[in-house]
Amino acid sequence: MAPVATPFFFYLFAAIMLIGGIAVITRKNPVHSALALIVTLLAQASIYLMLYAPFVAGVQIILYAGGIMVLFLFVIMLVSIDRSIRERQFNSQWVVGVIAATALGGLFVAVYTKGRDIFPEHALPVVENDNTQKIATMLYGQYMFAFEIASLLLLVAIIGAVVMAKKRI
Amino acid sequence: MHEILQYISGYLTSDKTPGAAGNMFWALVYIMLVFGGLSVAVIAMNWLERKILAHMQVRLGPMRVGPHGLLQPIADAIKLLLKEDIMPAEADGFVFWMAPLIVVLAAFTVFVVVPFGPTHAITDMNIGILFMLGVSSLSVLGIVMAGWASNSHYPLIGALRSSAQMVSYEVAMGLAVVSAILMTSLNATGTGTLSMIGIVQAQQAQGEWFIFKFFPLGLIAFFIFAVAMVAETNRAPFDLAEAESELTAGFHTEYSGFRWSLFFLAEYSAMIAVSSIAVTLWLGGWLRPFPNWLSGSPWDQIFSFFPGVTFLFFAAICFFNTVRMPKHPLFRIQTIGLAGFGVVLGLIGLILFYPPISAWVQDIFWFSAKVAGFMYMYIWYRGTFPRYRFDQLMQMGWKVLLPMGLGVLILTASVALLQEKIWHP
Repeated sequence: MAPVATPFFFYLFAAIMLIGGIAVITRKNPVHSALALIVTLLAQASIYLMLYAPFVAGVQIILYAGGIMVLFLFVIMLVSIDRSIRERQFNSQWVVGVIAATALGGLFVAVYTKGRDIFPEHALPVVENDNTQKIATMLYGQYMFAFEIASLLLLVAIIGAVVMAKKRI
Repeated sequence: MHEILQYISGYLTSDKTPGAAGNMFWALVYIMLVFGGLSVAVIAMNWLERKILAHMQVRLGPMRVGPHGLLQPIADAIKLLLKEDIMPAEADGFVFWMAPLIVVLAAFTVFVVVPFGPTHAITDMNIGILFMLGVSSLSVLGIVMAGWASNSHYPLIGALRSSAQMVSYEVAMGLAVVSAILMTSLNATGTGTLSMIGIVQAQQAQGEWFIFKFFPLGLIAFFIFAVAMVAETNRAPFDLAEAESELTAGFHTEYSGFRWSLFFLAEYSAMIAVSSIAVTLWLGGWLRPFPNWLSGSPWDQIFSFFPGVTFLFFAAICFFNTVRMPKHPLFRIQTIGLAGFGVVLGLIGLILFYPPISAWVQDIFWFSAKVAGFMYMYIWYRGTFPRYRFDQLMQMGWKVLLPMGLGVLILTASVALLQEKIWHP
């Protein structure tokens, strides 16, 4: 079976991601921004698929569809769209932004030029058929402690939200 | 030319799905068959729902267009296509235009992994069930977009209700699904699977449908899913998002014509999609009933007659009603039409008795029959239960189904561990 992960698809999804990302910050209407964000994240899920990581792609779709959903609701309920359209979008911190962007770009260029030493010589063997099972054994075997710590953190966040939202518990 | 023919016929001997075999031609054929079948099912469902609901309420239902209203769905479709497609002046044009597309795409894409048989699926993914849940959760987005873009009060309230409901019930649904997936890991290999075909094969290997596994744990998980899936598809008694008495039509109030019909199509195909998840996870997918109790080749033979017998039964109903048609000359065309429909159904039934074909449709028939049972339940719920109040709905989701789902998950895991370590070490 011919591989799907051709350069054409990589450039296609990368372009969709870039356009979506730019639209997120340039759209004046916050709802449109949220929609552009979900386009970006779905394109990212496709790139995970191209890297033969179907489980990560599936989880990306489920989590971000739900996450953006909530963001969407916040926008609808909390932001006055009439006012936000008239607001000025970019403030005077652009100098900091430019410095950060240059640093990140420099990092990318450095990785690209010195990549030979950092990355493995050959592409890793593809574990497409039991990808999910591999992730499961990793997550609940080798990285069990880190996984549980992360879930504990989330629990703390939930409790914090409940405490802040409820006056009397 | 010869190579193309070889490419096409080469698949017939393989025992994989067209997606897994990498055969583009058969994948396209399967996609068209599945989507054609799905459209026919939605049309049939439209007629059946009105007819069954009417009979439950001691009415006749559609009777005018065609014999016993059989052509009513086609008349409705033509009406919807010819209707003016209105976009409110204050609506957000692009989002308003995108919303029905997203809902329809999400509802139809999930059928890529639905297993109608061990080889009768478009493709088999390593993450099958996750893919189905993820893509169908995108439809909430379309609904909220529709409600927001209409720029009107009722749609917005409907969309907010719908999203709150779907997000809450997804949690309980996910827990029920996880407890079923956990059961797939109890076979000889020791690792579970998320692939839809793999889940059914695990039930086959363990000789038990997951609804009966660890009785009553499988049954409770199935019950949680069966409740959550009704809420997830915004159907009665959880149809607060489109409560007619309060919100006119909910999120699609401002939609008309073709765009509205897309929402309609998406709603029904989403119902079929969640029903097929339930059938795959708990009711043994394409496996025939009573695989253990009534096993052996004579029983296999008897069960292989079922598809043909079902169609002959439908044909018999048609002929019975042909005889009962009014004898007035005005009804002559309708009577002939009904008899013709009966003849077509009967012929299909006879073809299905032919052994190679009956072996070929066996899986598809049992899968569809189980899904059809769920579709009847949907109509039955709608005819029976009054609509929930919103706070009752939330209470049900968060305070009843979610703790039940967690409990069932923990108990399933513990029983599975006990079985592995103590009873059958």
